[in-house]
Amino acid sequence: MAPGGRRRGVTALGFLAPALLVLTVFVGWPMVSALRTSFTDASGFGDAEWVGFDNYVQVFTDPDLLNAVTNTLWYTVLFTPTAVVAALALALVLNSPALPFRGFFRTALFLPFVVSLAVAAYAWTYLIDPQVGLLNHWLSGLGLQLGNVLEDPQLAMPAVALVAVWKNFGFYLVIFLAGLQDIPGSLYEAAKVDGAGVWRRFTNVTLPLLSNTLAFVLVFAMIAALQAFDQIYVMTGGGPYGNTQTIVMEIYESGFRKLELGFASALSYVLLIATLLLSVVQFVFFGRRERDAQ
Amino acid sequence: MIARLRPSTVLGTVTMLAVTAAVMLPLAIIVLTAFKPVTEVNAYPPTLLPQDWTLDNLRRIVDELPFARLVVNSFLFAGGVTAFALVFDSLAAYALARIDFTGRRTLLIAIVATLMIPFQATLVPVYQLVSDLGWVNTFAGLIAPRAADAFGIFFLRQFFLALPRDLDNAARIDGASEFRIFRSVVLPNAIPALLTLAIFTFVNNWNDLLWPLIFTTEREMGTITSGLTLLTGPGGIVPYGVMMAGALVAIAPLVIAFLLVQRRFIESIATTGLK
Repeated sequence: MAPGGRRRGVTALGFLAPALLVLTVFVGWPMVSALRTSFTDASGFGDAEWVGFDNYVQVFTDPDLLNAVTNTLWYTVLFTPTAVVAALALALVLNSPALPFRGFFRTALFLPFVVSLAVAAYAWTYLIDPQVGLLNHWLSGLGLQLGNVLEDPQLAMPAVALVAVWKNFGFYLVIFLAGLQDIPGSLYEAAKVDGAGVWRRFTNVTLPLLSNTLAFVLVFAMIAALQAFDQIYVMTGGGPYGNTQTIVMEIYESGFRKLELGFASALSYVLLIATLLLSVVQFVFFGRRERDAQ
Repeated sequence: MIARLRPSTVLGTVTMLAVTAAVMLPLAIIVLTAFKPVTEVNAYPPTLLPQDWTLDNLRRIVDELPFARLVVNSFLFAGGVTAFALVFDSLAAYALARIDFTGRRTLLIAIVATLMIPFQATLVPVYQLVSDLGWVNTFAGLIAPRAADAFGIFFLRQFFLALPRDLDNAARIDGASEFRIFRSVVLPNAIPALLTLAIFTFVNNWNDLLWPLIFTTEREMGTITSGLTLLTGPGGIVPYGVMMAGALVAIAPLVIAFLLVQRRFIESIATTGLK
């Protein structure tokens, strides 16, 4: 390349240097380091011994670690469809031009998204307190006795998943609304003329044209679910009996409490690979969504 | 008017009102409980509205925690990350969008790849690194690892690409340096994108629990979000009234700021549709 090209390269490097330094030191290198640690029995003290794939075998055989993986999957199954279906259904209602106060509803439903999940968890803990919880009281008035939800091995996980649904569905709703607004009204008119009812218009017009947005939001929600931590830390601490212990909770415990760095790193890589796979899917759909928008 | 209301619209409005009320309940309980006397907070049957309003809970939260300090920490941490990330991300994004250099595509792919790495997955080595630097319990340790991020770079690059190139070409012919074009031509035209990114970064960091929980071990260095967990942690049984007062202070700045800019913020999020 001409000298001009080299000069441009130097200029570009000047612009890129600060960000590249941060990303290399605090993202790139730690990734390599975590991979190396995941094959050792590092504990933060003394020399670490190479243990091959032992930690990864542990992740899928040790009852505690496997528990964290299966709990995370269960949480993902509870959270993702609930949040996405609620967001889509409400976006469809909110997209009707005849509906009054649309701006107000949109702002109100989005509001939880700017509230910290950890802080919201306190409010929810109080609402479902078995003695003085308002929500528990109202539900028992309707004949629904929930008891001590956060101590209940069956109900604790749905409860913490519900708090995340509350926080995030408004965000997904806003993305769906943007997608819905890109669908030309003439298509609905044409479908109406052809005698299609509400359900037919939804399945034959809305869903196909919204499929990229839907896939994007689904993957997005799944990635968020894999990282579940904040409200669980506050509400149950992983209990009862480890029933809400997730992958990130376990990374926190084994990496920072028990100092089993090898386990923590192997678990980190399980999380990393799961997220990477989902992200690749997301990127494909994101690219398509961008092209649709143009 | 009434005659024109269709049943589906009425049904839709009723649904939306019910859902909105349900969604607002946790926020209402925070605000209302924060001002409730302790006898009412623990009364059975529980009530929504306080009968007597009190500031006792807010007073107690100030006594229980180094409260002003935690709020200041939150502002410094979230504000610091936002300031650095905005500068570093926009510089990098400019090079990737506007300067034609060898290896640009490869570099862009590498940066986008780091976008897919959840921070939780590198937490252990990042902590070791921060600890080796002696930065645990410092703002440097809280801020430096997040001083640039792939999402911000990618987001701003997309925006810079869409800006017309006529202006910078004209400036280039006049002999302006790349930095000058960046500062006086591109940045002023990218203010909406910079604002969206700033709000997003600030909100995410203010609300983050895991990050301050790990990088601060002294209670004086925590944020308001992580500091609240000290109240409820092992042995820290605290009346709900005090907890809700703390929660109120933790969410109030963001909720108020959001309500001021909500329309524009929601719309820019909807169009970018990314985290």
